[in-house]
Amino acid sequence: MHSLWRTLNRGTLRDIALVCLADAMVGAAFGAIAVSGGLPAWVPVVMSLLVFAGGAQFAAVGVVLSGGAPIAAVAAGLVLNARLLPFGFAIGDVLGGRWWTRLTGAHLMTDEAVAFVLRDGDPRRRHAAFWACGLGLFVSWNAAVVLGALAGRGIGDTGALGLDAAFPAVLLALVLPSLTERNARTATLRRACLLGGVVAVAATPFLPAGLPVLLALTGLVLAVRTPSGAEVPCP
Amino acid sequence: MPLIAVLALAAGTYAFRLAGPVLRHRLRLPGRLRHLLSVAATVLLIALVATSALTEGQGFAGWARPAGVLVAGILTLRKAPFPLIVVLAAATTAILRLLGVP
Repeated sequence: MHSLWRTLNRGTLRDIALVCLADAMVGAAFGAIAVSGGLPAWVPVVMSLLVFAGGAQFAAVGVVLSGGAPIAAVAAGLVLNARLLPFGFAIGDVLGGRWWTRLTGAHLMTDEAVAFVLRDGDPRRRHAAFWACGLGLFVSWNAAVVLGALAGRGIGDTGALGLDAAFPAVLLALVLPSLTERNARTATLRRACLLGGVVAVAATPFLPAGLPVLLALTGLVLAVRTPSGAEVPCP
Repeated sequence: MPLIAVLALAAGTYAFRLAGPVLRHRLRLPGRLRHLLSVAATVLLIALVATSALTEGQGFAGWARPAGVLVAGILTLRKAPFPLIVVLAAATTAILRLLGVP
């Protein structure tokens, strides 16, 4: 742990701390929303420890709270988490070579940790950033979910506090920067996202909860048609 | 939500996470598939933002929540720190509801 702090510069450590704080707020919102929606307190707490993926947790709980079947909740969460598969191939080297660091590190892989790894080219700093962000988020997220779940019983109406806006807000803050670059690849990505988002929202009144987000993958037709396979991948 | 559903979600998620670090030396995903998977991740996240901002159950969520998320988007483009983005998004939604906006 000691070498972690020496390897990372102040700016990166501050950014990791800020992301942990922001995600703690979202975690507290998750715990409070789940419990005030009628789920027993162990559901958000155990789910956060074992699943540890905010998007999938909100999606699964959202499906259940809006009356969907548990199998639909699991499917919605798994489809969202399928993105972790390419992440693992992209940054698997930062977990180290020993089997137990791979088994532990894999569980700590999140959008945020991957984003911090991709910011840096130096292998030692990538390694340090991954573990600092992964461990920091695991502790702060799970502690916050417990606090939120306990508070959720007291908060009758999480909507009055605007907690339902916290999750889409932090998700947007994570994704939006990757959509603002001015190049052909990002322009294609923007069009795919726009089509996918419109399809998902338009399908919501007609489909069971969880399915509309999956239907957003129709946006991929715009990415398939471009001859991206011929491009040189960016480093 | 039964425990078995939580466990199924957890097991599947862990499998997705572990496959890359364990298999990356033996198996290489083709570049085109990797590109599509990364586009798919962003498309899914944006769709999740759109549906969780605009809809509740199978209907419209009201104006207060998307207004809060819009504030988050503007603050992100202005490079505001993460905690500020979350607090101001929730505060916008809460204040609009206090004023009677659904």
